[in-house]
Amino acid sequence: MDENQTNRIKQILLKIGHLVGLFIAMAIICLPGLWIVLSSLRPTVEIMAKPPVWIPESLSFDAYIAMFSGVGQGGIPVLDYFRNSIIISVTSTVIALAIGLAGGYAFARYRFRGKTAIFLGFMLTRTVPGIALSLPLFFVYAKLGIIDTHFGLIIAYVALNVPFTVWLIDGFFRQVPRDLAEAAQIDGCTRWQAFWQVEFPLARSGIASAGIFAFLISWNEFALASQLTRSTNSKTLPVGLLDYTAEFTIDWRGMCALAVVMIIPALTLTFIVQKHLVSGLTSGAVKG
Amino acid sequence: MATVSLKNLVKKYGSLEVVHAINLDVADREFVALVGPSGCGKSTTLRMIAGLEAISGGHIHIGDREVNNLPPRQRNISMVFQSYALYPHMTVAENMGFSLKIAGKSQDEIASAVADAAKTLGLEELLERRPSQLSGGQRQRVAMGRAIVRHPDVFLFDEPLSNLDAKLRMQMRTEIKKLHAKVQSTVIYVTHDQVEAMTLADRIVIMRDGHIEQVGPPEEVFRRPATRFVAGFIGSPTMNLHNALVSDGRLVFSNGDTLPLPGQFRDRVTAGQKVIFGLRPDDLYPTGHGIHSGEAAEVHAVEVPVSLTEPLGNETLVFAEFAGQDWISRMLNPKTLRAGDRINLSFDLSQSHLFDAKTEQSLRG
Repeated sequence: MDENQTNRIKQILLKIGHLVGLFIAMAIICLPGLWIVLSSLRPTVEIMAKPPVWIPESLSFDAYIAMFSGVGQGGIPVLDYFRNSIIISVTSTVIALAIGLAGGYAFARYRFRGKTAIFLGFMLTRTVPGIALSLPLFFVYAKLGIIDTHFGLIIAYVALNVPFTVWLIDGFFRQVPRDLAEAAQIDGCTRWQAFWQVEFPLARSGIASAGIFAFLISWNEFALASQLTRSTNSKTLPVGLLDYTAEFTIDWRGMCALAVVMIIPALTLTFIVQKHLVSGLTSGAVKG
Repeated sequence: MATVSLKNLVKKYGSLEVVHAINLDVADREFVALVGPSGCGKSTTLRMIAGLEAISGGHIHIGDREVNNLPPRQRNISMVFQSYALYPHMTVAENMGFSLKIAGKSQDEIASAVADAAKTLGLEELLERRPSQLSGGQRQRVAMGRAIVRHPDVFLFDEPLSNLDAKLRMQMRTEIKKLHAKVQSTVIYVTHDQVEAMTLADRIVIMRDGHIEQVGPPEEVFRRPATRFVAGFIGSPTMNLHNALVSDGRLVFSNGDTLPLPGQFRDRVTAGQKVIFGLRPDDLYPTGHGIHSGEAAEVHAVEVPVSLTEPLGNETLVFAEFAGQDWISRMLNPKTLRAGDRINLSFDLSQSHLFDAKTEQSLRG
């Protein structure tokens, strides 16, 4: 066999290896999600069966129907939870983005005393596990009387997300050349206009990813929410999952159904925003 | 159109002063080049004129307005950046019309102004492209288009050609010169390339360490450099500059070799004075291969060994050893020389320069 052919075969084998590797990786990532969707459609007997039943024998939407039925018929106040989740996640994301935008821009563009220390301090706050914060936060919130309110959770999530948004947005503003804002000022912009007309559009993809990030963290957060919420006033969807646990039983099917309901908005949002995550938008601005 | 005047302009970063009380008057429609090595304060000066850098002292006038504390947008200037600084999310047309849009001009006005500028610069075909789809030279042209579209009082150029390759740089240099002839506006042009400064400018400002060394038309700074620094900076290849001592009507070099004291300096130096002797390669040539620009009596020939040659086709740069040092000479109608050959080297002393060794100021007076 000549060496060209050997190389060809080697390349084909390598490609097959890649594909198999990718398939396994994707399976590991996707299977749990798929399993949740499947479980939400199967009878509890089948979910709990040992050995597991791999291929479902019957699928039904009973869990979903039950979920939206009134309390007492196996239903939970899912619409209240959904509303709470939306209000808390969206508000905290918007605030965290606004602060992140201002902070990230300042870190990227200005020199000031203690910059590195402040930045490091921001990052350090993220090293504390959320669960460790829940007890101190509970005491403080109890004193302030903001337990079981939207406001309480929103400020907790803003505090959680701001270090991330500042850090991410700082990185994106650093990629926008300084000359552009200066050119805009020469062209007649105020500092403020230069920011909104030139720098903001160029960092938009970064801001969008910071937004998705903040939203998903707030949307999925459980540890703090489970401590700081009490009732349908403020309970979010992840906390709502606990409604399916009774003293001796867990309704896995119902839980999975609610999980699916939770995933859908997050997935939709990510899908909408990812269009804006076009990288390399600044190429061609300066010498390249 | 407007004059620009700098009075005792100072820039400090903390306690570090980088521009030391410079004074400069630029006439209406004049093309002035600020030139100097990197770190000499030329770009900082330009940025202060633009308003991108706050001034630490002194005054800047554009026209009859003092603009010391005005933001860039109120100075009616435009600037071409070294990096071009085109807005990547806008098309060429949008880039060029941006300043007019900010100024609140109507769509029609913007479109016609952009079309005019595009025609001037040959950009008509590119108006719908984005900066990332353009070549370096095209981007440079768009940056200039953006500058001319709103007819500012003063154009500021910050090393606009230094990102281009040599051939394109020459081409754009010509275009800038044509553009200036066409739009007839005041231009302040920063460059570290003395050839650019010489070819483009009406007057050249040579800066060094935050000071202005000399201001004058290209011919003057070339012919009559005021300091040793200017003499060394302007001209290519650089002027031969060597230390000497005045003694008995002669210049004595470190190894004892001598040259006659050039006539024009006879009354300006004293015996025992330490000086720097300067002679451009054009005024130093293998005998019979140069241009006689001075009086024959002032041409002094010495036999020296050749150490290196650089043939350039129509001329050859000959490095010859005299007074223990290498001297660059320019040989017209070149003949082949080899290292080690001995030649007669003519020093046209009427064209020579003397600088005081301590103050480095020209002794020409």
